[in-house]
Amino acid sequence: MLLYFLCLVLFSIGIFCILRKRNLIKIIIGIIIAEYAVHLFFALVGYRAEGRSPIFTPSENIFNMVDPLPQALVLTAIVIGLAVTAMMVAIAIRIYDKYGTFDITKIRKLHG
Amino acid sequence: MILYILLIIMIIGAIAAVQMQDLISAVIAVGAVGLALSIAFLVLKAPDLAITQLVVEILCLIILIRATLKKDLPFSTSGRWFFNTLVVAVFTVTFLGIGYYCLKDLPVFGQPIMKVANIYLETGLSKTGASNLVAAVILDFRAYDTLGEATILFTAVIGVIAIMRRVGRKKVGEEVEEDE
Repeated sequence: MLLYFLCLVLFSIGIFCILRKRNLIKIIIGIIIAEYAVHLFFALVGYRAEGRSPIFTPSENIFNMVDPLPQALVLTAIVIGLAVTAMMVAIAIRIYDKYGTFDITKIRKLHG
Repeated sequence: MILYILLIIMIIGAIAAVQMQDLISAVIAVGAVGLALSIAFLVLKAPDLAITQLVVEILCLIILIRATLKKDLPFSTSGRWFFNTLVVAVFTVTFLGIGYYCLKDLPVFGQPIMKVANIYLETGLSKTGASNLVAAVILDFRAYDTLGEATILFTAVIGVIAIMRRVGRKKVGEEVEEDE
């Protein structure tokens, strides 16, 4: 229970960073932190006490394995997160080339 | 116990990453958070996730450092600094409170429900022949999920190429302007 709450605190730090900061790189960092918190939450939900990793070895029973399904979903989500981060950073670099700043309050002109 | 220590390290690293004024230092702090997350995956008996997280963390760090190199921004407190911080803090605390209330409905830590996964555990080896059950789930039971992941990955790569391309397709009379 306390572990879940600490995970939620981590997510809230990411949300705070997204909402409050005005630097584009800081906003990307906030999104990354929130993403990490969600991945950790999935892994926490699938954990079984005194369990072992879901890999078969000879002469061991299957009854104390952790849940493999959230791990598979998180494995997909991690790779997608990397692709999305790369795309956000590419957009930020182009904005810096055009406006000379990362400050979102100064990026107002929309002239092409 | 070690999970609590790792989570507190992650929270400290996240606060450092948010509040650091130097962008490079913030990026390095995010790297510390990712490393702690990788170790937490190992403790949670998820070795595949730990390996993937480590590789992704390194790539992410390289990309972010490429973006922040020689492009620092001085810290500014102009505008309605106090009002904005107050509104965002109130929202975040409200979110935390509602989240804490909702977390009571989850299963207790260490006792997952595993209604779906029990079938995978019992029949995974005979149906797929893979000894690693995570690989069996992502490549066999839920292969369409992986297909969608690959689609998103390639779409993002095409998007990055389209955004970062310096020179667009030239029209007939435009060569003179491009040469400047």
